[in-house]
Amino acid sequence: MTAGTKFALGAVLIVGSVGYLMASGIKQTGQYFLTPSELAQRVSADPSFYDLGLKVGARVVPGTVSKETATQTLRFNITDGTVNYPVIFKGLPPDTFTDSVEVVVEGRLQKDGVIHATNVLAKCGSRYEAVPKA
Amino acid sequence: MSLLGHLSLWLAFLVGLWGAITGFVGGAQHRPDLQQSARNATFALFGALLVAVISLEIAIFRHDFSLQYVAGRTSRNLPTFYLWSALYSGQEGSLLFWAAVLSLFGALTQLFTSRRHRAYLPYVAAITSLVATFFVSVMLFAPANPFQRAAFTPLDGSGMNPQLQNPGMVFHPPMLYLGYISITIPFAFAMAALLTKKLDADWLVAVRKWTIVSWLFLSIGLLIGMWWAYVELGWGGYWAWDPVENAALLPWLVMTAFLHSVMVQEKRGMLKKWNLALVLGAWLLSIFGTFLTRSGVIASVHSFTQSPVGYFFLAFLVVAAIACAIVYIKRLPLLEAESTLESVVSREASFLFNNLLLIGLAFSVLWGTLYPIISEWVQGVKVTYGPPTFNFVNIPLGLVLLFLTGIGPLIAWRRASTTNLRRQFAVPVTVGVFMLLILLVAGMRELGALLAFSIGAFVFGTVFQEFARGARARHRQYGESTGFAVLQLLSRNRRRYGGYIVHIAIVLLFVGFAGMAFKTETEATLRPGESAELRGSDGHLYTFTHLGISQYNALNRQVTAALLDVRRDGKDIGRLRTEKRQHVDALGNPTFEPSTEVGIMSGLRVDLYVVLAGLVNGTEQAVFRFTINPLVWWVWFGGFVLVIGGLIVLWPGGVVVAVKGSKASPAQAGYAVKLEAER
Repeated sequence: MTAGTKFALGAVLIVGSVGYLMASGIKQTGQYFLTPSELAQRVSADPSFYDLGLKVGARVVPGTVSKETATQTLRFNITDGTVNYPVIFKGLPPDTFTDSVEVVVEGRLQKDGVIHATNVLAKCGSRYEAVPKA
Repeated sequence: MSLLGHLSLWLAFLVGLWGAITGFVGGAQHRPDLQQSARNATFALFGALLVAVISLEIAIFRHDFSLQYVAGRTSRNLPTFYLWSALYSGQEGSLLFWAAVLSLFGALTQLFTSRRHRAYLPYVAAITSLVATFFVSVMLFAPANPFQRAAFTPLDGSGMNPQLQNPGMVFHPPMLYLGYISITIPFAFAMAALLTKKLDADWLVAVRKWTIVSWLFLSIGLLIGMWWAYVELGWGGYWAWDPVENAALLPWLVMTAFLHSVMVQEKRGMLKKWNLALVLGAWLLSIFGTFLTRSGVIASVHSFTQSPVGYFFLAFLVVAAIACAIVYIKRLPLLEAESTLESVVSREASFLFNNLLLIGLAFSVLWGTLYPIISEWVQGVKVTYGPPTFNFVNIPLGLVLLFLTGIGPLIAWRRASTTNLRRQFAVPVTVGVFMLLILLVAGMRELGALLAFSIGAFVFGTVFQEFARGARARHRQYGESTGFAVLQLLSRNRRRYGGYIVHIAIVLLFVGFAGMAFKTETEATLRPGESAELRGSDGHLYTFTHLGISQYNALNRQVTAALLDVRRDGKDIGRLRTEKRQHVDALGNPTFEPSTEVGIMSGLRVDLYVVLAGLVNGTEQAVFRFTINPLVWWVWFGGFVLVIGGLIVLWPGGVVVAVKGSKASPAQAGYAVKLEAER
């Protein structure tokens, strides 16, 4: 076997493992990123969709945020305009979290219809620029 | 002032176009008059953009809120320190900053390129001018003009985002930009070499130096960015695989690959196509990264407001990629290798594997960054590729790469003999295995960290052995003392020994990264006098006692500060303070959301990291998050060592050994690395 062939084997091994790692990485740790409507659709089409790690991007419904500082529990509803999901989150929300902000909720939808969040990210397109005053 | 700034943008646009045209035409038709004109254009371009930058800074310092940019980014009560950084804290200003810095690099290249690379300069002038002109045209036509007037002049500006009011933010963007922007220079030389068909070993020298410059700036920028994320964002880490972090990492990985594979071309005349592709790729990735940051295609903490600017960058990226591909393919016949691989157990092969891994890493990072978009196209549903996925893929690759960091410098060129292998690796391998055994006996069971520490020990062993042998040789030959011999090694053979120092830095960084596997965390709601306990991975029990809350007004903010008493195993080790800040404008009205100041007590073994999450109903009862982060200090120290190593490599001078094209003599492992230095 020439050095070139041996090297090619090594190269194939490296490229193959990168590909394998990426594919299995996504399979094991990738999460669906859905809007509330898409989530509702999935759940009605496939009832086993509950209790699956996912991310939901939506807007917080103004006036639904209730904070219980003592137990660090945060409850709020999210919506994309059509479908509404209640969210419960134990932990510290980010500084930018407010009523009516866009959020990405990471967690699982349970049978009770509530998204049990493990992480809440406040998303704001103009995060580093001042919010224009209405 | 704003009129002057606006006019100088137009002037820059015209001068830049002129420089691009005269450079290309002058280069192609060998017309010295046009070539001279292109050279002068780079100076004029820099002059015009400097005037624009100064105009904007004056407007910022004078609080000229008739400019939209100034009104939207600053306010009367903004600390002076941050008025400087307001120049690049928003989309428009940062475009101007970018164009200005690029034109500075372009002008410096014309001034300081050595005589023997003169032939490339007209094309280099054309390319740097063209790229800078593109940035100016985005400002003028997107439009993203920093000198845009507001519809009315407000009494006060809306202020700077509090998260940008951190010393790191004054230095991080310029450093990152310097790195990002200076990639254009090696790119310009590579293109010039392709266009002039002067593809001998000469162009490599010019490109290599500039690549190290931008690699170093990019490293510093990345490190300061990590530090900023750690002390300012308050989530307890420094790297989140955010799309924009990735965008900066991509060219860094590709340039790191190039800096290694370029040695194979110098020594053996191989990999010419590959090296050129890396330089072109690194630059295209830098433009791609800029596109990602500025278009809002992918949600990121860094993203600017969604704007038409993204389309400009996308179009530029596509056109540039096609142009690169055409020129590159046309010149492929000139890029044939002069020798072939003789054995897989050789330095060439280990560098090739190192390159494949670096590019594999870059590819996986790129793929992961784009995955949400790709999966939406292909599967119709967005699947995220989050930090767990990145870690899953990149940690194993990173560990193999770390291992090669130890192999590469010691293994012989062409073909390593068994004797060579035994002589070079006996000691380092023993060190690595010894470390592994110690850790296993100590009870460590985290596979990733075990590997990182023992491979790190192996690499450290290789570098130590190199220094020891080099110093011993000098001691025997010149009778120098050990310390002096080490200094002599460093100063006489900067590229090689500076490179080793960078390798040590990489080991330190990996040690710091591996430490994060052992972080511990707890949250607690405490009344004054109450305590929370948390055991760190260093085995000590830390007790945090809430002492009380104080509230007061500072220059541009209302501060709520919590003070905590910290004990290690019952012994007092100091106090920590963490704040919640509500920024206000000059009239006392709140601006932005409240932000958090993290309390950090940093040590060699662990960092204590406390975040004040909030007060319970306005009482002194407060919610805290306590994190104990092991070995974070070593990340910053490793970063410092990396910069020192990079500077040693870059420092001009050293021993000048003429390089004979690519017909290098077979080199003995470790010892006969010839330093190629230019006059």
